[in-house]
Amino acid sequence: MSQWLTLVARNVLRHRLRTSLTLVGLVVAILAFGLLQTVVKTWYAGVDGAVPSRLLTRNAISFTLPLPQAYHKRIGAVEGVRRVTYMNWFGGVYKDPKNFFPQFAIDAASYLDMYPEILVSDEVRRAFLRDRRGAIVGRKLAKRYGFKPGDVIQLRGTIFPGNWEFVICGVFDGRDPKTDTSQLFFRWDYLNETLRVRSKAQADQVGFFAVDVVSINLVAEVSQAIDDVFRNSLAETLTETERAFQIGFVKQTEAILISIRIVSFVVIFIILAVMANTMAMTARERLREYATLKAIGFSPGYVARLILGESVAIALIGGTIAIGLTPPVAARLAELSATLFPSLIVSVNTVILQALSALVVGVLAAVWPMRRAARVSIVDGLRALG
Amino acid sequence: MTVLRVSDAPTGEDVLIALSDVSKSYRRGGQIVPVLSKLTFDIRRKEFLALMGPSGSGKSTLLNLIAGIDSPDHGSIEVGGEDITLLPEADLADWRAANVGFIFQFYNLMPVLTALENVELPLTLTSLGRRDRRDRAQLALSLVGLSDRVKHLPSELSGGQQQRVAIARAIVTDPTMLVADEPTGDLDRQSAEEVLEIMQRLNRDLGKTIVMVTHDRRAAARARRIMHLEKGDLSYLVEQRLE
Repeated sequence: MSQWLTLVARNVLRHRLRTSLTLVGLVVAILAFGLLQTVVKTWYAGVDGAVPSRLLTRNAISFTLPLPQAYHKRIGAVEGVRRVTYMNWFGGVYKDPKNFFPQFAIDAASYLDMYPEILVSDEVRRAFLRDRRGAIVGRKLAKRYGFKPGDVIQLRGTIFPGNWEFVICGVFDGRDPKTDTSQLFFRWDYLNETLRVRSKAQADQVGFFAVDVVSINLVAEVSQAIDDVFRNSLAETLTETERAFQIGFVKQTEAILISIRIVSFVVIFIILAVMANTMAMTARERLREYATLKAIGFSPGYVARLILGESVAIALIGGTIAIGLTPPVAARLAELSATLFPSLIVSVNTVILQALSALVVGVLAAVWPMRRAARVSIVDGLRALG
Repeated sequence: MTVLRVSDAPTGEDVLIALSDVSKSYRRGGQIVPVLSKLTFDIRRKEFLALMGPSGSGKSTLLNLIAGIDSPDHGSIEVGGEDITLLPEADLADWRAANVGFIFQFYNLMPVLTALENVELPLTLTSLGRRDRRDRAQLALSLVGLSDRVKHLPSELSGGQQQRVAIARAIVTDPTMLVADEPTGDLDRQSAEEVLEIMQRLNRDLGKTIVMVTHDRRAAARARRIMHLEKGDLSYLVEQRLE
């Protein structure tokens, strides 16, 4: 066994340039695979982070159409509802359209109560509730644009016309890494009062109601009950779980996600072909050595295991380096992608997938050379050129 | 020096290797090319036999058959009373590990292993512990005069030294016989003489049975007997009386 390990280890280091180049290819491929999987996973982060007892009520025709804010009390009166809050997607532009980040007008007090994953200090909360033009920004957003308490920033409305000024009251953090801290929240009453002046038709309306249900077991009944309240009204509602809503949202980009997933596996397939070629070349060069081993009494299985060991060792070294590099590269990518990805957190599943991919590449790349080296007759092997 | 007929080849209790009616052919481009035809002869224990003959006469094929790395189309090869042609591949590998030491023209050392590790390699197939293996490998290397080169890689050794390492590897398991295919074919005259001297000593002092294929008359002169092959058949034997 120890001799086998010695031979495997030294064979790995035998052609350093070739091994290094193969390793570079492997690292890039497994890293790319990990990053692409992380991007897909992040896309679904909202789904994973959804709270099962939280419902979202929106306009039944489309979530781009509003609902009357007056629904607030009627929803709150439905049996099984613990509390309700509401929000509007704002969609403003900060200086330049490329500076995209999510902005929501929220009913501050009820929203912060219902979304405990948004962590704000008491001081910031008080300031936010005190200042009608106040806004709170996530840590990532604050870092990106250098926002700090007291700053006045201006957004140009796209859905809601005109320029909108906000005073930054403070910065919020996420309870866990999945919480999106690239968002800006400002007060819905500020939006509404301004709209009453600027665009009366858009006033007193909200995009979504978020509903907290007393028990997870009542989710289906409460959803149905809310929608029944507004059946045959001018703005019928569709109530679904936060998770179902997120899935529906993500499904709109499913084709892109499927493409990314396919590309991630194509990358692995390409490196498998490269690695298989390397191992085939290596085994071909060493046929005489393998024949010598077999001549002096080693079994074809031993020879096959030498090739397998070398291939798996190279693949696992490359895989380990790639796995080590994935989190920092993902973090950098998240920074560079501005607020497109709130955070690119490499999941345990992704790491396991990366390790498995490396292992599979190592094993499959060795199959053909193993077969050949094990099967070649000693006489033919001894005649082979080294 | 005595020239004998093939029928005068020795028989009896001191026979180690007995070939009987051995034939071998190869298929080349759809044609069957006979290499050895109905060969019958014996090799004595403690023999040093040189196989000579022109290229294509079948001497390497014969050596491969005797060493158990190739199998005949027909006939039997008994070594120490055991017909190796009847052994399945796995048993044949074990048999080779225990009974045959190989010396190749191009040494065939593992380039990534040191001289000591190369010599130790066949011993990893035995039940010996690591320390015993190391001791035996050291001893084998000292027998070929390379005690001071144990940590050198093959690439750091001359051709002659590499062949001596290969000889040490061949004898380290104390096999029944040594088979050598052109052991001096890649060496200069002086290195060749050193290698032949070692082989002769192994035969004379340790009683190793050696079967050597060679084109080199001076190498063959070290053997006790020389067999000449012509077109897959034995043409004549030369019995040599060595000092």
